[in-house]
Amino acid sequence: EEPHGAAPVDFLQELPSCQSARRRRGGTQERRPALLGTAGSRGAAARAMLQETGELADRPAREHPKCMAEKRRTRDSQQADTEQLSRWKKWRRTSSKSLKKALSEVKGLSSYLVLWRHDIRSIEGKFGTGIQSYFSFLRFLVLLNFIIFILVFSFVTLPTIISKYGIFNSTIAYISPKNIENICTIYEPSGNKGLVYFYTYLKDLLSGTGFLEVTSLFYGYYSIDAVWISIMRYNLPLAYLLATFAYLALSLLWIIKRSVEGFKHNLVHDADPFQSYCNKVFAGWDFCITDPNAARLKHHSLQYELQTDLQEEKLKQKIAERSMEEKLRIYSLRIFINIIVIAILSGCFYSIYRVTVFSQENSNDIDNANSQINLLVQYLPSIVITLANFIGPLIFSFLIRFEDYTPAFEIKLTLLRCVFVRLANIGVLLFSLWSQISNCGSDKCKPCGYNYKLYPCWESDVGQEMYKLMIFDFIVILAVALFLDFPRKLLVNHCSCKLVQWFGDKEFEISDNVLEIIYGQTICWIGTFFSPLLPAIATIKYFIIFYVKKIVLIHTRKPAARPIRASSSNFFFLVVLLIGLLLAFIPLGVSIARIPSSKACGPFRNFNTSWEVIPDTILQFPTGLQRILFGMASEAFAVPFFVILCIILFYVIALARAHKRVVEQLREQLVLESRDKMFLIRKITEAQR
Amino acid sequence: GAMGGSASLIPRELLGEYQELTFLSKQEILLAYKRFSELLPKEERENACSARVSKSQILTLPELRANPFQHRICHVFSTSETRDDSMSFEDFLDMLSVFSDSATSDIKSHYAFRIFDFDDDGTLDRKDLEQLVNCLTGQGEESRLSSAEMEQLIQNILEESDIDKDGTINLSEFQHVVSRSPDF
Repeated sequence: EEPHGAAPVDFLQELPSCQSARRRRGGTQERRPALLGTAGSRGAAARAMLQETGELADRPAREHPKCMAEKRRTRDSQQADTEQLSRWKKWRRTSSKSLKKALSEVKGLSSYLVLWRHDIRSIEGKFGTGIQSYFSFLRFLVLLNFIIFILVFSFVTLPTIISKYGIFNSTIAYISPKNIENICTIYEPSGNKGLVYFYTYLKDLLSGTGFLEVTSLFYGYYSIDAVWISIMRYNLPLAYLLATFAYLALSLLWIIKRSVEGFKHNLVHDADPFQSYCNKVFAGWDFCITDPNAARLKHHSLQYELQTDLQEEKLKQKIAERSMEEKLRIYSLRIFINIIVIAILSGCFYSIYRVTVFSQENSNDIDNANSQINLLVQYLPSIVITLANFIGPLIFSFLIRFEDYTPAFEIKLTLLRCVFVRLANIGVLLFSLWSQISNCGSDKCKPCGYNYKLYPCWESDVGQEMYKLMIFDFIVILAVALFLDFPRKLLVNHCSCKLVQWFGDKEFEISDNVLEIIYGQTICWIGTFFSPLLPAIATIKYFIIFYVKKIVLIHTRKPAARPIRASSSNFFFLVVLLIGLLLAFIPLGVSIARIPSSKACGPFRNFNTSWEVIPDTILQFPTGLQRILFGMASEAFAVPFFVILCIILFYVIALARAHKRVVEQLREQLVLESRDKMFLIRKITEAQR
Repeated sequence: GAMGGSASLIPRELLGEYQELTFLSKQEILLAYKRFSELLPKEERENACSARVSKSQILTLPELRANPFQHRICHVFSTSETRDDSMSFEDFLDMLSVFSDSATSDIKSHYAFRIFDFDDDGTLDRKDLEQLVNCLTGQGEESRLSSAEMEQLIQNILEESDIDKDGTINLSEFQHVVSRSPDF
């Protein structure tokens, strides 16, 4: 007598859906006796077989989940089928097969060209996919910077160098500036003529002044209005501006493409795709691990992760049951802590502002006697920014404990605050630079629109600041690796006193390292407009950092007890990188469109602002094209365009909502169907007895 | 199969056939052949294509040694009639093909379902899920979740993936939930 609750399992085996699932598993493992008798089961089996051949027939043999012998049989039967097809279909099938084979050969060859393929694979095997995603991200940045460098070099630097050395019969056209006071065009960079100390060269290398200022590294070198190569006229100012837009657009598109690839977006189901339990359990084991130690750590981390998630769920329930006065207390505490955080941030920003102003005022004295102090003063903004980037996260992770959030949210909020600190610091630095440049206090900038006495070529100065930031960032990363990580490891290994052991081995903090390199990349994006060779320096810098971090990882780190998952970390890195890029648009936009370009140097001498070169060029187009382009920029076009975009957006959102409703209905229907099935089966078994 | 040419290589037609029937490239198949023949005792290396390797030998491979699902993997991919989970070279290639990067996610999820189905009944019921979680958290008493935690976890998993609410996860439900899984 079967209990009413349990459905008879034998009956369930005879259902067509079960039969086809078992058939897919492979005939050699089919061992279950049929209940209904051989005829009935053969009928059901034959039906299931037909169903299945319908689904899988079109796919090549290797996509069938069967053992090798069965796949051979499938392939032979597929080939027998093709013999019966018309010649055209046969030809199509063979050509598509050979195309696929050729493509896979090409893919196999091109995988050898991938940079650092072997290194990243070995890191993946030892430390898991979370840390490996950091190194793949680093590789992506190396490639991105290299491509940006090629772009800018070939369109901006190469024509300039060709024309300056007269290769290919090229000449430079200098158009004399009109309507500009003479006083604005005086610019004499000291190129270190004569006998100087070697130390001065080092100082110039580190701060971008002196002999570096007149090289193609900085904006000031490109003081050319047009280049004539035989009979072609190459408009360098236009090329400079368009190359800037091109590299920004290229970075944007590439990052978006990568983030879409890595993120399986789920618009239909409400569950958070990264935190779902199914994801953790079914996709939890990293099959690339080969080292037993790493496997043990992975087991621990999985156990820890599952336990934390379960605890967090209980915590959420507890939070939902909070009383009114507890809520009040917690919210007021949170507001208070946020005020503290804002106060700390304002303190940071104000100190960066003061230090930048101080550094700019004092480094303009050509006082070689205090060279060391001069160098220190020049690097002061970078030092302060690095200190703020270091202290800020420590304070945030200390404060957030009082705010009583769930652990996952704590991590996210701390990360967000750290990101904000790092990127806002760069913004404050640039803002303070501009306040100096546009410091029109006592009529200092009347003739030219900017402070021409202190900054005859202000773009080169901004470029120098970005250059200094980048060099200092690189030095700090190397110094931390050399002087902090290795001694710490040595201490932990050889000294057994309790304090040192409590300090312990440092974990590889992925998020900190990622924020570091995103900060460097944002500087590169902003700085490339002012210093076209900066991407090359960034490429070399990230190349060296890869090897430094790899050595540090292998020799000193133990894998983190609480690893971030690869998929969510990839998406997180790309989102923060995107934020950095969008933040880089703002200073560039302001420099190009609002601040008057310097009249003493650079390709935009004859224009009011750098942006003006584009309307200028458009005015030289035929009138029809001009009218179209000006029409596109006017309100008569922009407003309807915006309205149409909004309509499309609302339509797509409504469509998504409708789909979601349909999916919910289908789910309910499936549950009802399953219950109907159980009911019917029970009735049939009862009727059989 | 018929061996032509050098004794340590696979004949060309067989190589081409393996390339067609699996997701592995030519270099990968040759490398697999080398690793497989290293597992055999010296006398049998000539006939590696038709020899069978016992389960204990297969488990000495570094990729499987540290894997908590090693026994299930051997069981699922083995086509031995005596059910001793020994693997031939073709079973070995099948296994590598499913785990390679170019395999379709359909195939991977299908075999993952079979690997996780500890009692081979075609569905993942509570016992299967319990064994699965225990495999993930590691061997040993202190690394298992408490029964309350296990209960809560299995409840959550079934809530997320059991569409027809019958208390078990069948193949299509599994494939559906895994296709939304970004880490798979």
